[in-house]
Amino acid sequence: MTAAAVEMKGYSVRFGDFRALQEVNLTVPQGAFVAIVGPNGAGKSTLLKALLGLERGSLRDGPTQVSGTVRVMGLPPRQVPPGWVGYVPQVKGFDRSFPALALEVVVSGLRRRWPFLITAPERKKAEEMLDRVGALALANRRLGRLSGGELQRVYLARSLIREPRLLLLDEPATGVDVVGEADLYRHLEAYQAERGATILMITHDWEAAQHHASAVLVLNRRVVGYGPPERVLCHECLSQAFGHVGHEHGLVLKGD
Amino acid sequence: MLEALQLPFMQRALLAGLLVGGLASYLGVMVVQRRLSFLGDGLAHAAFAGVALGLLLHQEPLWVAIPFAVGVSLAITWVRERSSLSDDTAIGIFFAMSAALGVLFMSLRQGFAPDAVAYLFGSILTVTPTDLWVMGLVALGVAALLPLWPDWAYATFDRELALADRRPVLLHDYLLAALIALVVVVSVKVVGIVLMAAFIVIPAAIARLLSQTFAAMTLGAVGIGAFSVLPGLAAAYLFDIPAGSAIVLTQALFFLLALGLRRF
Ligand SMILES: Nc1ncnc2c1ncn2[C@@H]1O[C@H](COP(=O)(O)OP(=O)(O)O)[C@@H](O)[C@H]1O
Ligand SMILES: [Mg+2]
Repeated sequence: MTAAAVEMKGYSVRFGDFRALQEVNLTVPQGAFVAIVGPNGAGKSTLLKALLGLERGSLRDGPTQVSGTVRVMGLPPRQVPPGWVGYVPQVKGFDRSFPALALEVVVSGLRRRWPFLITAPERKKAEEMLDRVGALALANRRLGRLSGGELQRVYLARSLIREPRLLLLDEPATGVDVVGEADLYRHLEAYQAERGATILMITHDWEAAQHHASAVLVLNRRVVGYGPPERVLCHECLSQAFGHVGHEHGLVLKGD
Repeated sequence: MLEALQLPFMQRALLAGLLVGGLASYLGVMVVQRRLSFLGDGLAHAAFAGVALGLLLHQEPLWVAIPFAVGVSLAITWVRERSSLSDDTAIGIFFAMSAALGVLFMSLRQGFAPDAVAYLFGSILTVTPTDLWVMGLVALGVAALLPLWPDWAYATFDRELALADRRPVLLHDYLLAALIALVVVVSVKVVGIVLMAAFIVIPAAIARLLSQTFAAMTLGAVGIGAFSVLPGLAAAYLFDIPAGSAIVLTQALFFLLALGLRRF
Protein backbone atom coordinates (compact mmCIF):
# COMPACT_ATOMS: atom_id res chain seq x y z
CA MET A 1 0.00 0.00 0.00
CA THR A 2 1.37 3.44 -0.87
CA ALA A 3 1.58 5.99 1.91
CA ALA A 4 -0.89 8.85 1.93
CA ALA A 5 0.48 12.06 0.43
CA VAL A 6 -0.31 13.86 3.67
CA GLU A 7 -1.19 12.43 7.04
CA MET A 8 -1.72 14.57 10.14
CA LYS A 9 -2.69 13.14 13.50
CA GLY A 10 -3.66 15.34 16.43
CA TYR A 11 -1.49 18.08 14.99
CA SER A 12 -1.45 21.32 16.97
CA VAL A 13 0.65 24.48 16.71
CA ARG A 14 0.86 27.15 19.38
CA PHE A 15 2.64 30.47 18.96
CA GLY A 16 3.14 31.49 22.57
CA ASP A 17 -0.42 31.56 23.97
CA PHE A 18 -2.01 31.63 20.55
CA ARG A 19 -3.39 28.35 19.24
CA ALA A 20 -3.01 28.50 15.46
CA LEU A 21 -3.96 24.87 14.81
CA GLN A 22 -5.77 22.51 17.16
CA GLU A 23 -5.86 18.74 16.89
CA VAL A 24 -5.86 18.59 13.12
CA ASN A 25 -6.51 15.11 11.73
CA LEU A 26 -6.17 14.90 7.98
CA THR A 27 -5.44 12.23 5.40
CA VAL A 28 -4.89 13.23 1.80
CA PRO A 29 -4.49 10.31 -0.61
CA GLN A 30 -1.97 10.60 -3.42
CA GLY A 31 -3.41 12.18 -6.53
CA ALA A 32 -6.00 14.26 -4.66
CA PHE A 33 -6.65 17.95 -5.34
CA VAL A 34 -7.54 19.56 -2.02
CA ALA A 35 -8.74 23.13 -1.80
CA ILE A 36 -8.14 24.63 1.64
CA VAL A 37 -10.55 27.38 2.60
CA GLY A 38 -11.14 29.33 5.78
CA PRO A 39 -11.13 32.84 7.17
CA ASN A 40 -7.98 34.98 7.58
CA GLY A 41 -5.82 33.77 10.43
CA ALA A 42 -7.40 30.30 10.29
CA GLY A 43 -4.00 28.60 10.23
CA LYS A 44 -4.06 27.71 6.54
CA SER A 45 -0.53 28.90 5.84
CA THR A 46 0.63 27.37 9.11
CA LEU A 47 -0.70 24.01 7.92
CA LEU A 48 1.20 24.20 4.62
CA LYS A 49 4.36 25.23 6.44
CA ALA A 50 4.04 22.21 8.70
CA LEU A 51 4.12 20.04 5.58
CA LEU A 52 7.31 21.82 4.50
CA GLY A 53 8.95 21.28 7.90
CA LEU A 54 8.81 25.04 8.58
CA GLU A 55 6.46 24.98 11.56
CA ARG A 56 8.97 26.83 13.69
CA GLY A 57 9.03 29.62 11.15
CA SER A 58 12.08 31.79 11.31
CA LEU A 59 12.41 31.20 15.09
CA ARG A 60 11.27 34.74 15.69
CA ASP A 61 8.25 35.63 17.76
CA GLY A 62 8.97 33.49 20.75
CA PRO A 63 8.41 29.86 21.45
CA THR A 64 6.42 27.73 19.06
CA GLN A 65 4.94 24.56 20.46
CA VAL A 66 4.10 21.73 18.16
CA SER A 67 2.43 18.44 19.00
CA GLY A 68 0.97 15.53 17.09
CA THR A 69 2.46 13.92 14.01
CA VAL A 70 2.81 14.92 10.37
CA ARG A 71 3.81 12.57 7.57
CA VAL A 72 4.38 13.55 3.97
CA MET A 73 4.60 10.55 1.64
CA GLY A 74 5.03 8.51 4.80
CA LEU A 75 8.02 10.53 6.02
CA PRO A 76 8.51 13.26 8.62
CA PRO A 77 8.52 16.54 6.62
CA ARG A 78 12.20 17.25 7.17
CA GLN A 79 13.16 13.87 5.74
CA VAL A 80 11.18 14.31 2.55
CA PRO A 81 13.56 15.00 -0.36
CA PRO A 82 13.02 18.69 -1.22
CA GLY A 83 12.67 17.80 -4.89
CA TRP A 84 9.42 15.99 -4.13
CA VAL A 85 7.62 19.11 -2.97
CA GLY A 86 6.80 22.21 -5.01
CA TYR A 87 5.79 25.29 -3.01
CA VAL A 88 4.20 28.52 -4.16
CA PRO A 89 4.39 30.93 -1.22
CA GLN A 90 1.92 33.66 -0.44
CA VAL A 91 3.02 36.61 -2.53
CA LYS A 92 2.77 39.20 0.20
CA GLY A 93 5.93 38.08 1.97
CA PHE A 94 8.13 38.58 -1.01
CA ASP A 95 10.91 41.14 -1.50
CA ARG A 96 10.43 42.85 -4.83
CA SER A 97 13.64 44.81 -4.59
CA PHE A 98 15.77 41.72 -5.16
CA PRO A 99 17.48 42.07 -8.53
CA ALA A 100 16.46 39.01 -10.52
CA LEU A 101 15.01 37.96 -13.83
CA ALA A 102 11.94 35.74 -13.97
CA LEU A 103 14.05 33.04 -15.61
CA GLU A 104 16.43 32.98 -12.63
CA VAL A 105 13.53 32.56 -10.24
CA VAL A 106 12.39 29.51 -12.19
CA VAL A 107 15.92 28.04 -12.34
CA SER A 108 16.25 28.50 -8.55
CA GLY A 109 13.38 26.04 -8.23
CA LEU A 110 15.40 23.47 -10.12
CA ARG A 111 18.74 24.06 -8.42
CA ARG A 112 17.47 24.80 -4.95
CA ARG A 113 20.16 27.48 -4.80
CA TRP A 114 20.44 30.85 -6.47
CA PRO A 115 22.02 30.58 -9.96
CA PHE A 116 25.17 32.62 -10.64
CA LEU A 117 25.25 31.50 -14.26
CA ILE A 118 22.48 29.64 -16.02
CA THR A 119 23.51 26.69 -18.21
CA ALA A 120 21.93 26.14 -21.61
CA PRO A 121 19.94 23.03 -20.51
CA GLU A 122 18.65 24.91 -17.47
CA ARG A 123 17.56 27.82 -19.61
CA LYS A 124 15.79 25.48 -21.98
CA LYS A 125 13.95 23.69 -19.20
CA ALA A 126 12.98 26.93 -17.47
CA GLU A 127 11.67 28.37 -20.73
CA GLU A 128 9.62 25.23 -21.29
CA MET A 129 8.07 25.63 -17.86
CA LEU A 130 7.32 29.31 -18.40
CA ASP A 131 5.81 28.45 -21.77
CA ARG A 132 3.66 25.82 -20.12
CA VAL A 133 2.08 28.38 -17.81
CA GLY A 134 1.75 30.91 -20.63
CA ALA A 135 4.54 33.14 -19.37
CA LEU A 136 7.42 32.59 -21.80
CA ALA A 137 7.36 36.28 -22.70
CA LEU A 138 8.24 37.09 -19.07
CA ALA A 139 11.51 35.09 -19.06
CA ASN A 140 13.82 38.09 -19.22
CA ARG A 141 11.62 40.49 -17.31
CA ARG A 142 12.75 41.85 -13.99
CA LEU A 143 11.01 40.51 -10.94
CA GLY A 144 10.19 43.97 -9.62
CA ARG A 145 8.38 44.78 -12.84
CA LEU A 146 5.93 41.87 -12.80
CA SER A 147 2.28 42.29 -11.90
CA GLY A 148 0.72 40.08 -9.23
CA GLY A 149 -0.75 37.69 -11.78
CA GLU A 150 2.51 37.49 -13.75
CA LEU A 151 4.42 36.82 -10.56
CA GLN A 152 2.07 33.93 -9.74
CA ARG A 153 2.73 32.33 -13.12
CA VAL A 154 6.48 32.62 -12.63
CA TYR A 155 6.21 31.05 -9.18
CA LEU A 156 4.03 28.28 -10.54
CA ALA A 157 6.66 27.53 -13.20
CA ARG A 158 9.27 27.62 -10.42
CA SER A 159 7.39 25.01 -8.43
CA LEU A 160 6.67 22.77 -11.43
CA ILE A 161 10.20 22.69 -12.82
CA ARG A 162 11.33 20.20 -10.18
CA GLU A 163 8.45 17.91 -11.17
CA PRO A 164 7.13 17.57 -7.63
CA ARG A 165 4.88 14.79 -6.37
CA LEU A 166 3.24 17.21 -3.98
CA LEU A 167 2.31 20.78 -4.82
CA LEU A 168 1.57 23.24 -2.02
CA LEU A 169 0.07 26.53 -3.14
CA ASP A 170 -0.63 29.39 -0.76
CA GLU A 171 -3.34 31.64 -2.25
CA PRO A 172 -2.00 31.39 -5.80
CA ALA A 173 -5.16 33.00 -7.17
CA THR A 174 -4.88 36.17 -5.10
CA GLY A 175 -4.36 39.18 -7.34
CA VAL A 176 -5.11 37.11 -10.43
CA ASP A 177 -7.95 37.97 -12.79
CA VAL A 178 -10.71 35.51 -13.70
CA VAL A 179 -8.98 34.34 -16.87
CA GLY A 180 -5.75 33.94 -14.95
CA GLU A 181 -7.50 31.84 -12.33
CA ALA A 182 -9.08 29.59 -14.96
CA ASP A 183 -5.61 29.24 -16.51
CA LEU A 184 -4.14 28.36 -13.14
CA TYR A 185 -6.62 25.50 -12.64
CA ARG A 186 -6.02 24.34 -16.21
CA HIS A 187 -2.23 24.17 -15.67
CA LEU A 188 -2.60 22.45 -12.33
CA GLU A 189 -5.03 19.88 -13.71
CA ALA A 190 -2.81 19.23 -16.73
CA TYR A 191 0.21 18.69 -14.52
CA GLN A 192 -1.77 16.45 -12.22
CA ALA A 193 -3.10 14.35 -15.10
CA GLU A 194 0.44 13.94 -16.38
CA ARG A 195 2.25 13.13 -13.15
CA GLY A 196 -0.42 11.93 -10.75
CA ALA A 197 0.72 14.61 -8.31
CA THR A 198 -1.12 15.62 -5.16
CA ILE A 199 -2.18 19.25 -4.86
CA LEU A 200 -3.05 21.25 -1.75
CA MET A 201 -4.13 24.77 -2.55
CA ILE A 202 -5.27 27.56 -0.28
CA THR A 203 -7.91 29.74 -1.87
CA HIS A 204 -10.60 32.23 -1.03
CA ASP A 205 -12.57 31.46 -4.16
CA TRP A 206 -15.04 28.83 -2.96
CA GLU A 207 -16.85 28.66 -6.23
CA ALA A 208 -13.79 27.84 -8.32
CA ALA A 209 -12.65 25.42 -5.62
CA GLN A 210 -15.84 23.41 -5.69
CA HIS A 211 -15.58 23.01 -9.47
CA HIS A 212 -11.99 21.84 -9.60
CA ALA A 213 -10.99 20.26 -6.32
CA SER A 214 -11.55 16.61 -5.51
CA ALA A 215 -11.90 17.55 -1.84
CA VAL A 216 -12.32 20.68 0.22
CA LEU A 217 -10.80 21.28 3.65
CA VAL A 218 -12.59 23.96 5.64
CA LEU A 219 -10.16 25.12 8.29
CA ASN A 220 -10.71 27.45 11.18
CA ARG A 221 -7.88 26.49 13.50
CA ARG A 222 -9.65 23.13 13.63
CA VAL A 223 -10.90 21.01 10.78
CA VAL A 224 -14.45 22.28 10.28
CA GLY A 225 -15.17 20.06 7.32
CA TYR A 226 -13.27 17.81 4.97
CA GLY A 227 -14.58 15.81 2.04
CA PRO A 228 -15.98 16.09 -1.48
CA PRO A 229 -16.95 19.69 -2.34
CA GLU A 230 -20.67 18.99 -2.69
CA ARG A 231 -20.80 17.54 0.82
CA VAL A 232 -18.56 20.06 2.59
CA LEU A 233 -19.61 23.27 0.88
CA CYS A 234 -23.35 22.95 1.47
CA HIS A 235 -25.01 25.90 3.11
CA GLU A 236 -26.15 24.05 6.21
CA CYS A 237 -22.74 22.53 6.95
CA LEU A 238 -21.09 25.93 6.71
CA SER A 239 -23.61 27.80 8.77
CA GLN A 240 -23.18 25.10 11.34
CA ALA A 241 -19.44 25.71 11.33
CA PHE A 242 -19.40 29.49 11.13
CA GLY A 243 -22.73 30.32 12.74
CA HIS A 244 -23.65 32.57 9.85
CA VAL A 245 -22.84 32.36 6.15
CA GLY A 246 -23.63 34.84 3.46
CA HIS A 247 -22.42 36.87 0.54
CA GLU A 248 -20.81 39.43 2.82
CA HIS A 249 -18.31 36.72 3.77
CA GLY A 250 -17.51 36.05 0.15
CA LEU A 251 -19.07 32.64 0.42
CA VAL A 252 -20.76 32.30 -2.91
CA LEU A 253 -22.04 28.77 -3.21
CA LYS A 254 -23.18 26.82 -6.19
CA GLY A 255 -26.92 27.24 -6.57
CA ASP A 256 -27.04 30.42 -4.47
CA MET B 1 52.20 59.70 -9.34
CA LEU B 2 53.62 56.44 -10.69
CA GLU B 3 56.91 56.91 -8.83
CA ALA B 4 54.82 56.98 -5.67
CA LEU B 5 54.14 53.30 -6.29
CA GLN B 6 57.86 52.62 -5.76
CA LEU B 7 57.41 53.53 -2.12
CA PRO B 8 56.76 50.45 0.03
CA PHE B 9 54.14 52.22 2.14
CA MET B 10 52.26 53.26 -0.99
CA GLN B 11 52.39 49.70 -2.31
CA ARG B 12 51.00 48.43 0.96
CA ALA B 13 48.33 51.12 0.94
CA LEU B 14 47.26 50.20 -2.57
CA LEU B 15 47.14 46.48 -1.87
CA ALA B 16 45.28 47.05 1.41
CA GLY B 17 42.81 49.35 -0.31
CA LEU B 18 42.07 46.89 -3.10
CA LEU B 19 41.62 44.01 -0.64
CA VAL B 20 39.42 45.97 1.75
CA GLY B 21 37.40 47.55 -1.05
CA GLY B 22 36.74 44.20 -2.71
CA LEU B 23 35.98 42.27 0.48
CA ALA B 24 33.69 44.86 2.04
CA SER B 25 31.73 45.21 -1.20
CA TYR B 26 31.37 41.47 -1.71
CA LEU B 27 29.79 40.98 1.70
CA GLY B 28 28.10 44.36 1.39
CA VAL B 29 25.90 42.96 -1.36
CA MET B 30 24.33 40.53 1.12
CA VAL B 31 24.17 43.21 3.82
CA VAL B 32 22.43 45.76 1.61
CA GLN B 33 19.99 43.34 0.03
CA ARG B 34 19.04 41.96 3.47
CA ARG B 35 18.41 45.52 4.67
CA LEU B 36 21.17 45.40 7.25
CA SER B 37 23.05 48.48 6.05
CA PHE B 38 23.31 49.74 9.61
CA LEU B 39 25.36 46.65 10.52
CA GLY B 40 28.57 48.17 9.10
CA ASP B 41 28.30 51.10 11.51
CA GLY B 42 27.46 48.86 14.44
CA LEU B 43 30.40 46.54 13.84
CA ALA B 44 32.80 49.42 13.21
CA HIS B 45 32.00 50.63 16.71
CA ALA B 46 32.46 47.12 18.07
CA ALA B 47 35.87 47.17 16.41
CA PHE B 48 36.52 50.53 18.07
CA ALA B 49 35.68 49.08 21.49
CA GLY B 50 37.95 46.11 20.75
CA VAL B 51 40.81 48.35 19.69
CA ALA B 52 40.38 50.52 22.78
CA LEU B 53 40.43 47.44 24.98
CA GLY B 54 43.56 46.20 23.23
CA LEU B 55 45.30 49.53 23.80
CA LEU B 56 44.19 49.54 27.43
CA LEU B 57 45.61 46.05 27.95
CA HIS B 58 48.80 46.94 26.01
CA GLN B 59 48.06 44.24 23.47
CA GLU B 60 48.16 44.43 19.67
CA PRO B 61 44.72 46.03 19.06
CA LEU B 62 43.88 43.73 16.15
CA TRP B 63 44.02 40.56 18.27
CA VAL B 64 41.58 41.99 20.77
CA ALA B 65 39.34 43.70 18.24
CA ILE B 66 38.81 40.58 16.12
CA PRO B 67 37.25 38.37 18.82
CA PHE B 68 35.37 41.33 20.25
CA ALA B 69 33.74 42.36 16.95
CA VAL B 70 33.03 38.77 15.90
CA GLY B 71 31.40 38.19 19.30
CA VAL B 72 29.23 41.29 18.95
CA SER B 73 28.23 40.31 15.41
CA LEU B 74 27.22 36.81 16.50
CA ALA B 75 25.28 38.32 19.40
CA ILE B 76 23.43 40.68 17.05
CA THR B 77 22.53 37.72 14.86
CA TRP B 78 21.35 35.74 17.85
CA VAL B 79 19.07 38.56 19.01
CA ARG B 80 17.73 39.00 15.46
CA GLU B 81 16.90 35.29 15.21
CA ARG B 82 15.47 34.91 18.67
CA SER B 83 13.47 38.02 19.32
CA SER B 84 10.78 39.94 17.55
CA LEU B 85 12.89 43.11 17.70
CA SER B 86 13.50 44.62 14.30
CA ASP B 87 16.96 44.25 12.80
CA ASP B 88 17.89 47.90 13.17
CA THR B 89 16.88 47.85 16.84
CA ALA B 90 19.02 44.78 17.52
CA ILE B 91 21.96 46.38 15.74
CA GLY B 92 21.34 49.76 17.38
CA ILE B 93 21.53 48.32 20.88
CA PHE B 94 24.89 46.66 20.25
CA PHE B 95 26.09 49.74 18.40
CA ALA B 96 25.41 51.92 21.42
CA MET B 97 26.84 49.39 23.87
CA SER B 98 30.04 49.08 21.81
CA ALA B 99 30.48 52.82 21.50
CA ALA B 100 29.97 53.23 25.24
CA LEU B 101 32.51 50.51 26.02
CA GLY B 102 34.97 52.04 23.57
CA VAL B 103 34.72 55.45 25.23
CA LEU B 104 35.06 53.84 28.67
CA PHE B 105 38.19 51.87 27.72
CA MET B 106 39.73 54.98 26.19
CA SER B 107 39.13 57.01 29.31
CA LEU B 108 40.63 54.32 31.55
CA ARG B 109 43.84 54.50 29.59
CA GLN B 110 46.20 57.18 30.91
CA GLY B 111 47.31 59.90 28.54
CA PHE B 112 46.47 60.78 24.98
CA ALA B 113 46.01 58.01 22.42
CA PRO B 114 47.15 59.07 18.96
CA ASP B 115 46.81 55.48 17.67
CA ALA B 116 43.13 55.56 18.57
CA VAL B 117 42.66 58.62 16.37
CA ALA B 118 44.20 56.68 13.50
CA TYR B 119 41.51 54.05 13.93
CA LEU B 120 38.76 56.60 14.20
CA PHE B 121 39.53 58.24 10.86
CA GLY B 122 41.65 55.58 9.18
CA SER B 123 45.24 55.81 8.06
CA ILE B 124 45.83 53.76 4.96
CA LEU B 125 49.40 55.01 4.65
CA THR B 126 50.42 53.40 7.93
CA VAL B 127 49.33 49.87 7.03
CA THR B 128 51.95 47.43 8.35
CA PRO B 129 53.03 44.16 6.75
CA THR B 130 51.22 42.36 9.61
CA ASP B 131 47.99 44.19 8.76
CA LEU B 132 48.41 43.06 5.16
CA TRP B 133 48.97 39.46 6.16
CA VAL B 134 45.81 39.42 8.21
CA MET B 135 43.85 41.02 5.37
CA GLY B 136 45.26 38.44 2.98
CA LEU B 137 44.19 35.62 5.28
CA VAL B 138 40.67 37.01 5.59
CA ALA B 139 40.53 37.40 1.81
CA LEU B 140 41.63 33.77 1.40
CA GLY B 141 38.93 32.68 3.83
CA VAL B 142 36.24 34.60 1.95
CA ALA B 143 37.54 33.23 -1.36
CA ALA B 144 37.39 29.69 0.02
CA LEU B 145 33.73 30.31 0.86
CA LEU B 146 32.81 31.57 -2.63
CA PRO B 147 30.95 28.28 -3.29
CA LEU B 148 28.44 29.37 -0.62
CA TRP B 149 27.33 32.38 -2.70
CA PRO B 150 24.39 30.48 -4.28
CA ASP B 151 23.10 29.58 -0.81
CA TRP B 152 23.57 33.08 0.60
CA ALA B 153 21.90 34.57 -2.45
CA TYR B 154 18.99 32.13 -2.21
CA ALA B 155 18.36 32.95 1.45
CA THR B 156 18.68 36.65 0.64
CA PHE B 157 16.09 36.28 -2.11
CA ASP B 158 13.63 34.35 0.05
CA ARG B 159 14.59 32.93 3.40
CA GLU B 160 11.49 30.77 3.62
CA LEU B 161 12.08 29.10 0.25
CA ALA B 162 15.69 28.41 1.21
CA LEU B 163 14.53 26.87 4.51
CA ALA B 164 11.89 24.81 2.70
CA ASP B 165 14.66 23.47 0.47
CA ARG B 166 16.65 22.51 3.61
CA ARG B 167 19.45 24.96 3.05
CA PRO B 168 21.49 25.64 6.23
CA VAL B 169 20.16 29.19 6.44
CA LEU B 170 20.75 29.68 10.16
CA LEU B 171 24.33 28.41 10.08
CA HIS B 172 25.06 30.66 7.13
CA ASP B 173 23.57 33.65 8.93
CA TYR B 174 26.11 33.20 11.72
CA LEU B 175 28.93 32.50 9.27
CA LEU B 176 28.13 35.67 7.34
CA ALA B 177 27.93 37.66 10.57
CA ALA B 178 31.37 36.43 11.63
CA LEU B 179 32.89 37.15 8.21
CA ILE B 180 31.44 40.65 8.07
CA ALA B 181 32.87 41.37 11.51
CA LEU B 182 36.29 40.09 10.43
CA VAL B 183 36.27 42.25 7.32
CA VAL B 184 35.18 45.29 9.31
CA VAL B 185 37.97 44.85 11.85
CA VAL B 186 40.71 44.46 9.25
CA SER B 187 39.26 47.37 7.26
CA VAL B 188 38.80 49.78 10.09
CA LYS B 189 42.46 50.78 10.25
CA VAL B 190 42.37 51.62 6.55
CA VAL B 191 38.98 53.25 6.28
CA GLY B 192 38.35 54.49 9.78
CA ILE B 193 35.44 53.71 12.08
CA VAL B 194 33.53 56.75 10.94
CA LEU B 195 33.60 55.78 7.26
CA MET B 196 33.42 51.98 7.52
CA ALA B 197 29.74 51.64 6.68
CA ALA B 198 30.26 53.48 3.40
CA PHE B 199 32.68 50.81 2.20
CA ILE B 200 30.08 48.14 2.80
CA VAL B 201 27.03 50.00 1.58
CA ILE B 202 27.94 52.39 -1.26
CA PRO B 203 29.51 50.00 -3.82
CA ALA B 204 26.67 47.52 -3.30
CA ALA B 205 24.10 50.29 -3.66
CA ILE B 206 25.71 51.54 -6.88
CA ALA B 207 25.77 48.00 -8.27
CA ARG B 208 22.15 47.52 -7.24
CA LEU B 209 21.14 50.55 -9.27
CA LEU B 210 22.93 49.29 -12.37
CA SER B 211 22.20 45.53 -12.24
CA GLN B 212 19.36 43.35 -13.38
CA THR B 213 20.60 40.21 -11.64
CA PHE B 214 22.09 39.44 -8.25
CA ALA B 215 25.17 37.90 -9.87
CA ALA B 216 25.80 41.12 -11.81
CA MET B 217 25.22 43.14 -8.65
CA THR B 218 27.85 41.07 -6.81
CA LEU B 219 30.47 41.39 -9.54
CA GLY B 220 29.70 45.05 -10.02
CA ALA B 221 29.98 45.85 -6.32
CA VAL B 222 33.36 44.11 -5.98
CA GLY B 223 34.63 45.90 -9.08
CA ILE B 224 33.40 49.31 -7.94
CA GLY B 225 34.62 48.74 -4.37
CA ALA B 226 38.12 47.86 -5.48
CA PHE B 227 38.34 50.37 -8.33
CA SER B 228 37.21 53.37 -6.28
CA VAL B 229 40.32 52.91 -4.16
CA LEU B 230 42.59 53.96 -7.06
CA PRO B 231 41.36 57.50 -7.70
CA GLY B 232 40.77 57.84 -3.96
CA LEU B 233 44.37 56.98 -3.12
CA ALA B 234 45.72 59.12 -5.92
CA ALA B 235 43.77 62.11 -4.66
CA ALA B 236 45.00 61.42 -1.14
CA TYR B 237 48.61 61.33 -2.33
CA LEU B 238 48.42 64.35 -4.63
CA PHE B 239 46.39 66.69 -2.44
CA ASP B 240 47.49 65.34 0.91
CA ILE B 241 43.95 64.64 2.11
CA PRO B 242 42.89 61.64 4.28
CA ALA B 243 42.73 58.54 2.06
CA GLY B 244 39.58 57.04 3.63
CA SER B 245 37.73 60.28 3.02
CA ALA B 246 39.00 60.54 -0.57
CA ILE B 247 37.93 56.96 -1.34
CA VAL B 248 34.47 57.35 0.15
CA LEU B 249 33.93 60.63 -1.69
CA THR B 250 34.94 58.87 -4.91
CA GLN B 251 32.35 56.20 -4.19
CA ALA B 252 29.71 58.81 -3.40
CA LEU B 253 30.47 60.49 -6.73
CA PHE B 254 30.02 57.16 -8.53
CA PHE B 255 26.74 56.70 -6.71
CA LEU B 256 25.46 60.06 -7.94
CA LEU B 257 26.58 59.19 -11.46
CA ALA B 258 24.75 55.87 -11.25
CA LEU B 259 21.61 57.61 -10.02
CA GLY B 260 21.89 59.97 -12.98
CA LEU B 261 22.44 57.09 -15.41
CA ARG B 262 19.29 55.44 -14.16
CA ARG B 263 17.30 58.55 -14.88
CA PHE B 264 18.14 58.51 -18.58
N1 LIG C 1 5.60 32.58 13.47
C1 LIG C 1 4.48 33.02 14.04
N2 LIG C 1 4.50 33.56 15.28
C2 LIG C 1 3.37 34.02 15.87
N3 LIG C 1 2.16 33.97 15.32
C3 LIG C 1 2.04 33.46 14.10
C4 LIG C 1 3.19 32.95 13.39
N4 LIG C 1 2.77 32.50 12.19
C5 LIG C 1 1.44 32.71 12.15
N5 LIG C 1 0.99 33.26 13.30
C6 LIG C 1 -0.40 33.58 13.62
O1 LIG C 1 -1.15 32.41 13.47
C7 LIG C 1 -2.41 32.71 12.88
C8 LIG C 1 -2.61 31.86 11.67
O2 LIG C 1 -1.74 32.30 10.68
P1 LIG C 1 -1.81 31.76 9.19
O3 LIG C 1 -1.59 30.30 9.19
O4 LIG C 1 -0.85 32.57 8.41
O5 LIG C 1 -3.31 32.11 8.79
P2 LIG C 1 -4.00 32.05 7.37
O6 LIG C 1 -5.11 31.07 7.50
O7 LIG C 1 -4.56 33.43 7.11
O8 LIG C 1 -2.98 31.64 6.35
C9 LIG C 1 -2.41 34.19 12.58
O9 LIG C 1 -3.16 34.84 13.57
C10 LIG C 1 -0.96 34.59 12.65
O10 LIG C 1 -0.82 35.90 13.12
MG1 LIG D 1 -2.07 32.61 4.83
